[in-house]
Order: sequence, then C-alpha cells, then structure tokens
Amino acid sequence: MARAAGKTAVKPGDNVWVNVDVLMTHDVCGPGTIGVFKREFGQDAKVWDKNKIVIIPDHYIFTADSKSNRNVDILRDFVREQGLKYFYDVIDDPNGHWVFDAAKGPMKRQYGDSFAGVCHTALAAKGHTRPGEILLGTDSHTCMAGAFGEFATGIGNTDAGFVLGTGKLLLKVPETMRFRLEGKMQKGVMAKDIILHVIGDIGFDGATYRAMQFDGPGASSLNMDDRMTIANMAIEAGGKNGIFEPDQTTFDYVNERTKFNGTKTAYDPIFCDKDQRFFYDKTFDLTKLEPTVACHPNPGVRKLAKELGNIALDRAYIGSCTGGKSSDFFAFAQIVKGKKVKIDTFGVPATPEVIADLRAANVWQVLVDAGVQMSENPGCAACLGGPADTFGRMNKPMKCISATNRNFPGRMGHLESQVFLASPYTVAASALTGKITDPREYLS
Amino acid sequence: MSTVLRGRAYVVRDNIDTDQIIPAQYLALVPTIPDEYEKLGSYALCGLPKDQYPTRYVADGTAKTAFPIVIAGRNFGCGSSREHAPIALGATGCTAVVAEGFARIFFRNCVATGELYPVECDQRLCDVFQTGDEVELDLDAGTLQQVKTGKVFATKPLGDARPVIDAGGIFEYARATGMIKK
Repeated sequence: MARAAGKTAVKPGDNVWVNVDVLMTHDVCGPGTIGVFKREFGQDAKVWDKNKIVIIPDHYIFTADSKSNRNVDILRDFVREQGLKYFYDVIDDPNGHWVFDAAKGPMKRQYGDSFAGVCHTALAAKGHTRPGEILLGTDSHTCMAGAFGEFATGIGNTDAGFVLGTGKLLLKVPETMRFRLEGKMQKGVMAKDIILHVIGDIGFDGATYRAMQFDGPGASSLNMDDRMTIANMAIEAGGKNGIFEPDQTTFDYVNERTKFNGTKTAYDPIFCDKDQRFFYDKTFDLTKLEPTVACHPNPGVRKLAKELGNIALDRAYIGSCTGGKSSDFFAFAQIVKGKKVKIDTFGVPATPEVIADLRAANVWQVLVDAGVQMSENPGCAACLGGPADTFGRMNKPMKCISATNRNFPGRMGHLESQVFLASPYTVAASALTGKITDPREYLS
Repeated sequence: MSTVLRGRAYVVRDNIDTDQIIPAQYLALVPTIPDEYEKLGSYALCGLPKDQYPTRYVADGTAKTAFPIVIAGRNFGCGSSREHAPIALGATGCTAVVAEGFARIFFRNCVATGELYPVECDQRLCDVFQTGDEVELDLDAGTLQQVKTGKVFATKPLGDARPVIDAGGIFEYARATGMIKK
C-alpha cells in the first residue's frame, strides 16, 4: 500500500490515496458503477486507463430475467464506447444483444469464446492477478486475489465509479491478524476446512477492518487453488483482505497465466517486513484439523462433519469462486466415482477452463455417471440465489450442503432454506448419504 | 442540515447481511436509474425472516418505510459489497442505522453514497429498544434517546465520515472541498 501511495512506509490507521493496478466489475454492480461514473464525470468522460479495467459478467447470466440480460448489454455498450481491452462477454458479437434461451435450458452451453466465468477465478486464470499490486473489485470476494500476494478488496459502486474516473482511491491501512499454519493436512481435510476452522475460531466479525495474513510452512505447502479458497473467505470473518506471501508457487502460476492473454507480465513482489507487528497472532496445527462444516445461519457456526450425521439434507451443490475450481471437482469425483448420489446434486464449474480440465481427465463423465447435474454454463449460479430460474437455486425451504462461501439466511434462494458450508470432499460424501457425512469414510 | 434525526425505530439483531437487506434476486435493478432506485427501496430489509420480524420494514404496496431509524446488533451489513444495500435503505427513507458494529464494506458504502448515517454504539441497544419506539438521534451530541422512557444512550462519533455524509457522498464532498472540479 505504501508503494501504491508513493510513500516509503505506512502504518495501520493511515488513510492513503493509492493508485489502483486493476479494477474489476461484473454484471450486477457494473451498470451502477458506470451510472455513477457518467453522472459524476459527465456523459463524454473517459476512464482513467482502458487497460486496467476488467469487466467480467458472471452473476446473473443464464437466466431469462430481462433486466439481467439487459445489464450485460449495458456493460458491452460501455466497453465499446471506452475501448476497454478486457471484457469477457457472454457472446462474441461486440454489437450483439445477450438473450438467454430458456428453451435450451441452463445445462447446455450458451456462451461464446470470450466468456470467462466467475470473476475471481477468471481474474487469476486470465492473467490479471500479480504479486505486489492493488486490485479492487465491486464484489466482496475480491479478497481472493490476496492468494497471489497482492492487496485485493471489495468496494461499492460509488467508490468504483470514482476509481473509473481517477484510478485512485482513499484506503485505510488495516491492522494485520496473523494465522501461522504448521504441519500437513490429513487425508480427507482440505483448504476449505482450514478457513472454516479459522472463521469459527475468531467469529463471523472477528477480522472486521483487518488484514488476515496466512503464513508459515503450512501456508507455503499449499497450492494456488488452496490459497485462493482461503483468501476468498477472509470476508466471511469480516476481513478487509486476506494475504499470502508470494513464493515460487505463486510466481510459477502467475508467469504461466500472464503469458497468453496480453496482460502485463512484469511484477514486483512484496515480502513480509522482518519486524512486522500483529494485532493477533496464532498458530494452527493443520495435522489436528478434521472435516469442518459451517452451519446455518452464518459462516462462523463451526461444527465437525462427524458431529452432524443427524442432519438430513435435500440437496448438495458444488461450484462458485471458492469451490468451483478444477481441484474442487477432482476431489469431489474421488468420493463419488462409481457411486450414485442420493439427493439432488448440482455442479457449476467456475470457468470454461475448469470444464476443459474435467473433460480432459474424464472426470466430467464420472460426475455425470454418479448422478451429478453438471451445468456447461460456468457462473455464480445458485451460490447467491439469483433470479428464480437460476440453476440449482432453492425455491422452497430446503437444507443444502454446499462448497460455496456464504450461508446467511436466504443466500441460496428461499428465505427459509438452510445452507451448510463444507469442503468438496464433505459435500460429495454427504451427497452420497443424504445427510452430513465425514468424507474420511470414503477415502480409506 | 438538521443534526437531530427523529422517528420510529425498527429493531433488528446480529448479522443482518446484505441478502437480508436486499435479496439477491433484486440486484438486477440498477441504482442509478431513478425508477429502479425507488423499486430497490420498496424491497429494503424484505429478506428478514418473517417469523422473527413479523412487522415488515416497508409495508406491502408502499415505497417508503415508517421507520426511518434502524437499531441493530453486531456486524450489520455483512456479506456482499453490493451498494444496493445502503441504497435500498436510503431510498425507502432510512436516515440512520445505529448498531453495535458494522461490516466494513457496508459502512464504507454508506459514507461513499451519503445515503444514511452508520452510527456505532457500545451498548446492546437491540435488547433495549422495540420496533415502533419513538427515538431521537442527535449526531452532534452523540446521543440516542428512547422517547417513551427518556433513557439516553451515548453513540460513537462518526469522525471524518460525518462531513462526507453531510455533503451527500464522496463526490459531493470532493467537489465542495475542491478535491475534484465542480
């Protein structure tokens, strides 16, 4: 933050104007952000840098809701008018209109070659995440990019409209809470269990206004998908951002993905200060973690999966930025391979790349054979409910176990439905039995 | 601008997240389009569970709330970064939320938009007040009064956020103070 503010040092509590490296917006907040930009800077105003804005429609795409379809058109018009470089449109015609074909249904592919899927996963996949940068987005899970050793946080439309015009934003430097991870996870335990455990420990507002730093040997042993899962959910403890120190694992991932999409390849990583001071400092022994569940009605209601065998479920869901990556589906498939799910089970990959990975490894077919309803249309889908025709949305009171990241009342649709958050392993095992199930029973 | 806000209170408890403030199915409404701004207001707090909150914040078939001041517990506004949340509250006539604590992005969005005052109070007011209570929030004095009992509770100062909200949001503030051109 000091570098982005042109200062030699900053300390917690300082308010600094930072230069933004990447601003991301999507179909739900983009039209309002554009509205603020035009209202405040004028109808003919130009954005501060057409190469630093990334627009990723992903929330309400595969729905017949006319306003939602219109919102993608608003984004397209703005991109054309401003000449923006990075727009991952649903359709390929820059002058076209997006209309969802309800007759084709939500499972058959309805997007073109530009589409990128869920914004946070797509930002990484398309080479927009780099160590040492400032990334702001009009979505609370923007903190996911902290996995790459950058400062990333969610902002509202008005702030984003300000950034569109100026490239700057006033940010307060947060205090840091340190989560030192030691040891290796046991079989059946995933990164999702780590973050659910941590949130249960500090509470749903335990990190409000603060940065959550994950380090130690347990953190450096995690791959990028795992780090993204953890950083993504910093917001579920109220955190301003989550952050991992970049290392060779980070550089390898970033170098690979900044190669092919015309994005900036150079970056200047920032490492932890030697004399860092923490607001909170605790060590977690990963060897002691067990499959963990966040129960209705918030991400801080922590229980162990093995304690919840009496909870009968109506459905299971795997998808979203947090839980819809290739590694999430591979883990899920490990459990359900050769078996049949007992309850309605929905799978929504985060990006088209995930679908390609699953097909290449024949895992797509494994999931379909197990009875999982796999959608070919990547997106946020039922993770946040969405319009009534959204794939996997709960339209009546139900209990769902989900690999997603948030479970406040009504999050996945019906106001009286209940959502239990868990790892892809635990969701898979629970899909097989119809009740919350410790996945280790299936991994012997 | 008046620094005393008066009216009936609407009382909610902990963790009122943005899905309860404005459920996700209404997010296709764009706040900068005037008709859709009004529409957002009519849905404010409609995601609260009906069994716990039998009195609706905005009565069916109306666009304006009868409860301009919301009193809440911990972590009000947690969840998504959707600015639709403070905007829906502001559009229906909410002038302030007095809570034990706010989620960061919601707090910031209140200030950036100037829609309402997010006021913190150390005491657990949601145990003391009931929906329908007449209240007086004095922003200068830093007090919230329950009119029927005369009880007065101290609120925390808004600090640097106050003049921004007074001005009507960051853009108005930035223009008024010469940070950006008029």
